[in-house]
Amino acid sequence: MWQGLYQELKDRNFIVIAIALDSCGADAVRQWIRATEPTPPPMLELMGWGERERAAAGAPTYPCLIDEKHVVAELYNIVNVPMAVWIDERGHIVRPAESAGACDAFRKLNLADFSIPPDAAAQAKAARTAYFNAIRDWVINGEKSAYALPDNEARGRIAGLSEQDARANTLFRLGQYLFAQGHREDALKYLGEARRLRPDSWAIARQSWEIEEAGKASGPDFWAAVQALGDRPYYPPAKL
Amino acid sequence: MSATILYERGEYSAADAHGEGDDLWLGLDDLRAATGWELKPEGACLGERCVPIPHGRDAEFVREGGRRFNLAALARLLGNPIARDDRHGVWAFGEAPAARNQALRSLDAPDFTLPDLDGRMHSLADYRGMKRILMAWASW
Repeated sequence: MWQGLYQELKDRNFIVIAIALDSCGADAVRQWIRATEPTPPPMLELMGWGERERAAAGAPTYPCLIDEKHVVAELYNIVNVPMAVWIDERGHIVRPAESAGACDAFRKLNLADFSIPPDAAAQAKAARTAYFNAIRDWVINGEKSAYALPDNEARGRIAGLSEQDARANTLFRLGQYLFAQGHREDALKYLGEARRLRPDSWAIARQSWEIEEAGKASGPDFWAAVQALGDRPYYPPAKL
Repeated sequence: MSATILYERGEYSAADAHGEGDDLWLGLDDLRAATGWELKPEGACLGERCVPIPHGRDAEFVREGGRRFNLAALARLLGNPIARDDRHGVWAFGEAPAARNQALRSLDAPDFTLPDLDGRMHSLADYRGMKRILMAWASW
């Protein structure tokens, strides 16, 4: 769906670099990048994709990279998907990692019949539209754009890692390595410990669930964890 | 015995490593190959940067007449978290949170190199001179 935005802006010295955080590698992501089946419309609606994006959809022509070890997540402190970082022509970060057009509207999904209340669909679309408009503004106006944050503001938005977070990242790395080597049972021990130490990283939690069992990342454990957030957001809204 | 060392982005298999409880003793060649760190008269050095061995704690860091070095002791000194699996002899050394936070707050976008679906490698730096959005997603 980002393809439409990319098409629109690609002649303005702009590129999207998609990073798939996937321990299972190319095989896990291929069907999403080169889709053979269209995504069901209700799912698109819930993700805030409007007619315009759907009409412009197609196989991405921007680079889609595969990050089996979650290297980029560690380097940029990315804790959920979709999250994005804006980097200017000189390699300077003008917006650190934040929710990329996603919002908590998905929590209003009726799990019994998968129906979407109209207000949730509208909320999802508004968040998506606002975020994409911010990107357009930056690509056209560059550093004069109000969305290109001054350094102090950008720095202030970086939460930083605690010692416990860093320890969780290390356990996650160990678990992923053992999983890649075929030591699945041992891997799960460390992945579970990483999840407990860093419960605010949905990237760690959902990846480790998915390693445990395909589909678990969006199964009952996931929904229970989302419910347990109460008033706290799953996607902290990007402060545009 | 052997050990697999996960240090920064690298994976290195040291044929002659001695994992003893919380300590990991490596020959100096393995130390350099796995981590880039070297033992010099001024201490443990990574390129230009040298960290002196704390006074009176030589035995914790160096043994066998300076032929073996305890990587785990250095990691503890530098604040790098350690996670290990004794069954498979795997030692993972993580980033010190202070170092990562300093790097994050510099607002310099760190480079990386990753493959696309066809196995072609791309670095962030390949797209220097453009406005770039790194968009993280996942199949799960």
